[in-house]
Amino acid sequence: MIFETTPSQTVGPYFAIGLPFDVGPFAVAEGTPGAIHITGTVYDGAGVPIPDFLLETWQADPEGRFADIHGQGGPSQLDGFRGFARYGLEDGDGNYDIVTVKPGLVPGLAGAIQAPHIDVSVFARGMLHRTVTRIYFADETEANASDPVLARVPVERRPTLLAEAVAGGYRFDIRFQGPRETVFFAV
Amino acid sequence: MTETDSGEVRTIYTPIADTATSYVREPEGAHPPMDYEGYKSTALRHPKQPLVYLPQTVTEITGPQLGPVLMGENDHDLTVQHEGEPIGERIVVSGQVFDTEGKPLRGTLVEIWQANAAGRYKHRWDRWPAPLDPNFSGAGRCITDDEGRYTFTTIKPGPYPWGNHYNAWRPAHIHFSLLGRAFTQRLVTQMYFPGDPFFAYDPIFNSVRDPKARERMVSSFSIHGTVPNWAAAYEFDIYLRGPGTTPFEEAH
Ligand SMILES: [Fe+3]
Repeated sequence: MIFETTPSQTVGPYFAIGLPFDVGPFAVAEGTPGAIHITGTVYDGAGVPIPDFLLETWQADPEGRFADIHGQGGPSQLDGFRGFARYGLEDGDGNYDIVTVKPGLVPGLAGAIQAPHIDVSVFARGMLHRTVTRIYFADETEANASDPVLARVPVERRPTLLAEAVAGGYRFDIRFQGPRETVFFAV
Repeated sequence: MTETDSGEVRTIYTPIADTATSYVREPEGAHPPMDYEGYKSTALRHPKQPLVYLPQTVTEITGPQLGPVLMGENDHDLTVQHEGEPIGERIVVSGQVFDTEGKPLRGTLVEIWQANAAGRYKHRWDRWPAPLDPNFSGAGRCITDDEGRYTFTTIKPGPYPWGNHYNAWRPAHIHFSLLGRAFTQRLVTQMYFPGDPFFAYDPIFNSVRDPKARERMVSSFSIHGTVPNWAAAYEFDIYLRGPGTTPFEEAH
């Protein structure tokens, strides 16, 4: 028998009661060599930073392995690697800051290779369903050029998926509407 | 191994999946629309451009297994997290987490948060002048057992007014968050109580357009789960998308 999924509902304005946890913004153990910050601002359709969003990331380690007990290629060997970060504040200002390591190449479908990327979910009051995007890295020109997912994105919109190198890591802003609207995906 | 043009050698691992290799694509209308007139805050908080189809690669079919990292001793019982007992109607909320093939999801993290009996959240932004309860924080966590079952003991939350439109009230609800097994299965939803008179007037509940789908967010009263002389009980089963392939890759 096939069942239907339970419908999604908004995370609402008060998720900070239940969802954030102490080391949530850390996808790696504190002090991991090579750790970087990925920071950015999440903007609504009027270009105003959204104070009450929850952002989650999921990614491979630099070897392309995931911290998943089901062992996709064997679980990550990187000590303290969670590969998952959750950022959301009771009193947010529209910015996020997660600590992680830059992911490596991972397999795509049918023998393809994917450029380093991080899957992102954004939840907020006013969002009845999460939105999904991917962080790619602007300095991975070569890998990005042959990435099978980027290939599906209209060329002129690809820059919205590229994190720019900044001191200490990368910057990746998310815009819900407007001329530079971020590319969002249907999973 | 692969060598890039710059001479850098990078390792590529081949995934060996012992979980699903892809999950069903959900039909249009399974979830509420991102842009919903009745719920004003959606207007500036939804993408206007069409979504791009994301193939389910290893990144999407794996997911965080956070449970043990997060669990604290009293996380499943919201009535014993403080020195005194919270005020309100004590209830047991339990259910099973399944995928859409009916397979129970074991060992998966279920997180909840809610208002207190007076409908007030312990949150800085909640300015509704109903009393805070010093003995109630309103957050819980649980990991599902071998049958996919979770159980919380808590207080029945009250309905509360909000600013969406004149005289807007949210029906009483408990917020639920599920990680599932894979990034693809991630779900945030709300559990409602049977027969709530506010249903007809709530745009968030009604943003789910199919009445049958709305019913899947409403718990049922369970006399069997009731603890005599102690707590009433509600049951709420949750279904996350199951394994499957899409016959036509481009759904859009
Ligand atoms: Fe709420």
